[in-house]
Parts: sequence; structure tokens; C-alpha cells
Amino acid sequence: MNRRGLVIATGALALSFFVGGSVAYNAQQARRAREIAAARAEALVRSHSPVLGPPNAPVTIVEFFDPSCEACRAFYPPLKQIMGLFPNDVRLVMRYAAFHDGSDAAVKILEAARLQDKFVPVLEALLEFQPEWADHTGPVLEKAWARAKDAGLDIEQAKRDWTRAEIQAALDSDTRDSKSLEVTRTPTFFVNGQPLTDFGPQQLYDMVRREVQKTK
Amino acid sequence: MTNPSMLPDQEGRWSFLYLAWLVALVASLSALFIGEVMGQAPCSLCWQQRAFMFPLAILLAIASFRADTTVWRYALPLAALGAAIALFHSLLYAGLIPEGIQPCSQGPSCASAEMTVLGVLPLPYLSLAAFLAIVLALLASKSKAHS
Repeated sequence: MNRRGLVIATGALALSFFVGGSVAYNAQQARRAREIAAARAEALVRSHSPVLGPPNAPVTIVEFFDPSCEACRAFYPPLKQIMGLFPNDVRLVMRYAAFHDGSDAAVKILEAARLQDKFVPVLEALLEFQPEWADHTGPVLEKAWARAKDAGLDIEQAKRDWTRAEIQAALDSDTRDSKSLEVTRTPTFFVNGQPLTDFGPQQLYDMVRREVQKTK
Repeated sequence: MTNPSMLPDQEGRWSFLYLAWLVALVASLSALFIGEVMGQAPCSLCWQQRAFMFPLAILLAIASFRADTTVWRYALPLAALGAAIALFHSLLYAGLIPEGIQPCSQGPSCASAEMTVLGVLPLPYLSLAAFLAIVLALLASKSKAHS
């Protein structure tokens, strides 16, 4: 083979190794994620977690999320859309994975809002105005509280509830479960116990639709 | 033809050039694989080594294709600077020089145990070995030929 042919063949071979290696690695990671989810199924849904949608729906989406995570914010509208397409068949169990610095404080605001039955409006307010309170240099909690108040939260009451032991216990339990399920990124989704290994709104929709069809 | 590849001792030099490219190619694709596919975030020193390794993979590919053994003039400074950063990173990793305390938001620590692949091979040493191999191969490819 001449030199030029050898150079081109080397480049092509290296690229195909790279692509083949990536495909094999991703497949292996997906297999591993399914095994972990199957082996620790009990860690997916806990009774203390907030549930959106009909509580006895046949299809359960579990989302490990962080109120200060941009991807969770971006994923919220399509997630709501998916829920809207299957209003009777799908419920969403929200688990906290407070990975960002100071996220645990935002999680506690959500939990306090839940005690006042204001979880969804406060969640939506925190996500919508995330850029103004979840600064990369650290969360500006006063702004988060102000937005929660605008969403209808009784701040005085919420600040008293904030220190409740069961709120911290719920957060700790979610942190333990996210560790045991090896959730390292947010949002991480599970649909009826299976991990969403190919990340994206369309992929989540496809998976949910498949599960809904199985119940029909 | 005035193409330097026609000179008799050019074959051996070209082989070293090709070898240098191979090392740069494997190192670049490995760095991309570890970072993008395996999702292991590069620390700041890793980024600086990438900045020197990635151009080498392109530059040496073109030079190998054109059998241009004068490329060492351009490639050797890149490889030498990359080796210098990799040496610094290796010393830091080995604990021979202390790492300043970094704020947590700055990405992964350059000296942490995560700077390994497959849990055993330390990335700074691999990088240093790759840059040094490129430096040696480029020196061997040095063409005295012509302008």
C-alpha cells in the first residue's frame, strides 16, 4: 500500500474503532443501568414522594430532579406535555437529587409548599425563574422565596415548616436512593421501573407510549 | 519532481512521522472517548494538554499524507509544550508538587484518583508518555532537506 493509502486507511480505521467503541460502551452502560434498576426496584418509589397525575395510574414515571438544574427546567414543558397526552394513565413521582450547591434549600421550599398544597405552582415558579435565583456562583434564596410567595406560598408558615424533621428525612431518603440507583445526572427518568437510557423528550414519550399501550 | 519524498533516505523519516501521527491520533481519540463517551469530565490541566494534542493529530495527518518531513518545525513546539504541561500534571498527580485548594465549582481536581482510566492507568502519565513519544518520533523524522 502506498503512503497516502496507508494514511487514509489508518484514519478510517481509527474513526471506526472510536464509533464502534462508543456504541459498545453505551450499550453496556444501558444494560448495566437496567440491571441496577431491576435489582433495586424498591428504591424507585417511596411513599413520601410527591406524585403528579392520578395516584393509581398504571404507568409510573420516576424523575430524579434538581430544582436548580437547567436540564430539568428545559425538560419540564415536554414532560408536562407527555403527562397531558395520557391524562388517565400516567403519574409522575418526583424524587430529589440535589446535586447543585444549595439545591437542598430549594428542595425544602418545595416540600414546605407541598404542606400547603402548593407544590405544582411553586415548582413551576422556581423552574421558570431558575435563571434569577439559581446563579452559578451560588443560589440566591431570597429570590427563590420571593418567587414562591408570588406563586401563592404562605412564606411565614413555610419558613416555620422548613426546619421540620420529616422534610430533611425525605431529602435524605431521596439522596440515599439516588446513590443506590447510581443516579449521577439530572434529570434521570425511569418508566415503570426501567431506566430511560437514551436521553431526550422524544425518547421518554416513546417509552411512556409503549408502556401505556401494554396496559390497554 | 522537487517533492522531498523522492529522496532515498526519506522512507525511514516518513515512518517516524507516521508513528508520531499514530500516537497523536490514538491519544486524541482516547481523550475524546474518556471525556465524551465515558463522561469523565476533563480537569483544567487536561484541557490544556488537549489543546496541544488535538492540533498534532490534524497537523501530522496532513504531513504524513503529503510526506512532508519538515513539519517537525511546527509540530515539535506543540509536542514539547504539551509534554511540559503533562510533566507538571504528572508531578501534581504524584503529589510531588502540591495542588492549591480549588473552589468546588471549578470542575474535577487535577490530582484526584479520578484521573485514571479503567481505574488503574493514571491519565497524566499516559499523556506525558504520548507527548514524549511524539517528540522523539518527530526528532527522528527531522529532515535536513531544503527549502
